[in-house]
Amino acid sequence: MKYYDKLIFELSKEGRVGYSLPKNQFPAAPELPLQVKRTSALCLPEVSEPDVVRHYTNLSQMNFGVDTGFYPLGSCTMKYNPKINEEIAALPGFNGLHPLMHAGLTKGALKVYQEMNKALAAITGMYAFTFDPCAGAHGELTGLMIMRQYHMNRGDLKRTKVIVPDSAHGTNPASAAVCGLEVVEVKSLENGRIDVEALKPLLDDSVAGIMMTNPNTLGLFETQIKTIAKLVHEAGGLLYYDGANMNPLMGVVRPGDMGFDIMHLNLHKTFSTPHGGGGPGAGPVGVAKHLEDCLPDIRVSGFHGNFGVILRAYAYILMLGKDNFKKVGQYSVLSANYIKESLKDLYKLPIEGVCKHEFVFDGLINDGAHDDVPGATTLDVAKRLLDYGFHAPTIYFPLLFHQALMIEPTETESKETIDAFIAVMRKIAEEAAADPMLLHDAPHNTPISRPDETAAARNPILKYQDAN
Amino acid sequence: MAPYFPHTEADVQSMLEKAGLKSLDDLYSDVPSEFLRRGAYHLPDALSEQELRDWLHSLDSQNAHLKVFVGQGAYDHYTPSVIPYLTQRSEFLTAYTPYQCEISQGTLRYIFEYQSMICALTGMDISNASLYDGPTAAAEAMKMSISCTRKKTRVLLSKGLLPHVIKVVETYAKFHGVEIGYVPVMNGQTCPNCLKAELAKDDVAGVIVPSINRYGIVEDHSGFADAIHAEKGLLIEYCDPSALAVVKTPGEWDADIAVGDGQPLGLPLCYGGPYVGFMAVKKDYMRKMPGRIVGQTADKEGRRAFVLTLQAREQHIKREKATSNICSNESLMALWVTIYLSLMGPEGLREVNRLSSDGAHYLYDELVKTGQFEEVFPGKPFLKEFVLKPKKFPGLMQQKLEKAGYFAALDTEEGYVSFCVTEKRTKAEIDELVKIIKEG
Repeated sequence: MKYYDKLIFELSKEGRVGYSLPKNQFPAAPELPLQVKRTSALCLPEVSEPDVVRHYTNLSQMNFGVDTGFYPLGSCTMKYNPKINEEIAALPGFNGLHPLMHAGLTKGALKVYQEMNKALAAITGMYAFTFDPCAGAHGELTGLMIMRQYHMNRGDLKRTKVIVPDSAHGTNPASAAVCGLEVVEVKSLENGRIDVEALKPLLDDSVAGIMMTNPNTLGLFETQIKTIAKLVHEAGGLLYYDGANMNPLMGVVRPGDMGFDIMHLNLHKTFSTPHGGGGPGAGPVGVAKHLEDCLPDIRVSGFHGNFGVILRAYAYILMLGKDNFKKVGQYSVLSANYIKESLKDLYKLPIEGVCKHEFVFDGLINDGAHDDVPGATTLDVAKRLLDYGFHAPTIYFPLLFHQALMIEPTETESKETIDAFIAVMRKIAEEAAADPMLLHDAPHNTPISRPDETAAARNPILKYQDAN
Repeated sequence: MAPYFPHTEADVQSMLEKAGLKSLDDLYSDVPSEFLRRGAYHLPDALSEQELRDWLHSLDSQNAHLKVFVGQGAYDHYTPSVIPYLTQRSEFLTAYTPYQCEISQGTLRYIFEYQSMICALTGMDISNASLYDGPTAAAEAMKMSISCTRKKTRVLLSKGLLPHVIKVVETYAKFHGVEIGYVPVMNGQTCPNCLKAELAKDDVAGVIVPSINRYGIVEDHSGFADAIHAEKGLLIEYCDPSALAVVKTPGEWDADIAVGDGQPLGLPLCYGGPYVGFMAVKKDYMRKMPGRIVGQTADKEGRRAFVLTLQAREQHIKREKATSNICSNESLMALWVTIYLSLMGPEGLREVNRLSSDGAHYLYDELVKTGQFEEVFPGKPFLKEFVLKPKKFPGLMQQKLEKAGYFAALDTEEGYVSFCVTEKRTKAEIDELVKIIKEG
């Protein structure tokens, strides 16, 4: 990767164009009345097509993707994105389809939705899915709307609280707040699982339900799930399953069987669609049969959700087929446990035992701190990994540990890649013990070194015009 | 073996050994056995890549391949070939959110460019890095107006907003606990006097009005901002960003928030998504804005660098106190928009509007000449989209058009039919479409 410093605006020269449009064959339409017409200048770049292609190619070369290298970002499931899916999503009969065409004109697209509905129901044990949500957090919000609608339909209006474990993704409490629900936190035990005894007193008739990931954000299976489901249901609440951690359960365990009533899936994690630097995703929401009636009232996006993403996920399911499905779950769990066992002599493993698709270290065992020299932190380890050509794990999440380093390898990485990662992690631990300053200054080999984030927030420059 | 799993039998064995386990089943020893599925799922057999391609080509061909003369929130503008070419670069496509900024400067820079371009189009101070789509951006603006004002509980929607925008905002409002009021359309435009009557109730946090409404009419919002600001509410403009090259901008209307869908900026129709919602606001509301924001700073060597900033608004820091729950957005589609606007520049975007508007006015005049339609809003200014009232039931006409390869004359709730012309539509196509309608 090399540093490239231009912004597209800086390539602009008056009179250059990058477009080619047809000749105007029509008589001129009447001018817009002055009071509704734009009169201010329009500051967009004026650049040629080659300028554009070279500029964005140069920008891309300062980026790291799954196709570049190993991306063990915990909770993000950065698996390989199959290329045939991209080809299919670009077909003109899909790509050129207007969302308001009636069913007679969109038979192929509707078939994709029907087949996906069947497949996701088989995979999750849910009854029916809505495909409107455009991302995981959007799915959470939709699922909570369904939860509230269910209680409203029964005339039970006092259920305004939702229980969220302290280890949950930040989107869980945030989605609850957007949905008008009050968040009640339930503590985790020392073994990383929900404290069932702490849960019991929270379960009264003001509780709409509980949001859980299983395995949780520590990568640990919630072994008490059967008891939790029973308790929540007896109290009149519903169970929401956050599908962010569905990958290890693929082909092995179904949320519906564990007692969950509502769930979302992140197609851009578990079902291999590319993350695109932060989206587009898709967060279809599945419900158990008794909640099917709540689906039609809830409209959370403009048309039919992110169809292009749903189509890619459908292609992925067809390529895997029933025979290979289980391997997704098994291999993702195998790789995580293999890394954990290979590094736990150098990195603190707070909770022993078999993990699922990911696990959390709590920093280095020997961080090299001595005299006035501070020890190497999780941030330092993460930044040093970049020097060695790996993406960093998720850091400082979950919030249960101060030096959390959350590693998720996925099933699409070879043993050779994983071994190389382990070797580098061991080397970094040695470096930290010998000279933590080397890590404080990392990364050394990336297009930029650590930027001044405080200055960015204190004196916000949020557009080209601000800087000039 | 499936192509996406690199594990050989030997790999599996040696990895299990290192983990101190005997079989793959042992990986799930912590799962109560009643939840373990032993058999295969009820899923199709695995396809080869060739079989997959053939099957999806066959589904693709079951969709109608029509020339599109309808808009209503999804516009068939031309996508220059450079855009899919560049956005398919795997460094953009297969990257995650730019949390590790040292190896994400590509993503961070284009988002910064995107924010700059959205501000240029809307005439606003600050843009975020994108939201899901136009309707959800409007819903976020609805929530934001509540949190930016004091003791105001109601948000007004113009009935001129596209129907799908109204539905999504209503859904969010219902669960967020916000009351919705409506401002009717009179003479083809959001009624200023009705707006003032609603504002007099002293409970209005925000008002969402369309820059171009569901009838295609470019609205005149003179006096709106003053009236709303006098009651301490926020003016929210819902816009077609392509049209902002020529119509008065939210900034020029003195709006507080601008939202809309970036789809008209070169994004394929793709049955409704992925699209990209945009939001831009006045400086005062910077810390109330939902979603990610990229800012400029410098690295240790003083080189220009870009980072995610003002994150104290976001869910991963603030949890239930965040300005929104949004995490993943539509980053790659923001890149589509950025490349589109780079290629078009100010003159290209104006020319797209000229071609679309000239074509739409030509179609309008020709349709009126057939004698089969009544004008609904004669003399009102429009660009690429308009409605007419068919004199007889339009079902047969629509079927004939479909058969001839045209998707046009979409029914509206009001009993009108809606048409849209973009720069992709030729005079020959319009003449044929009119001929079919004329023949009845």
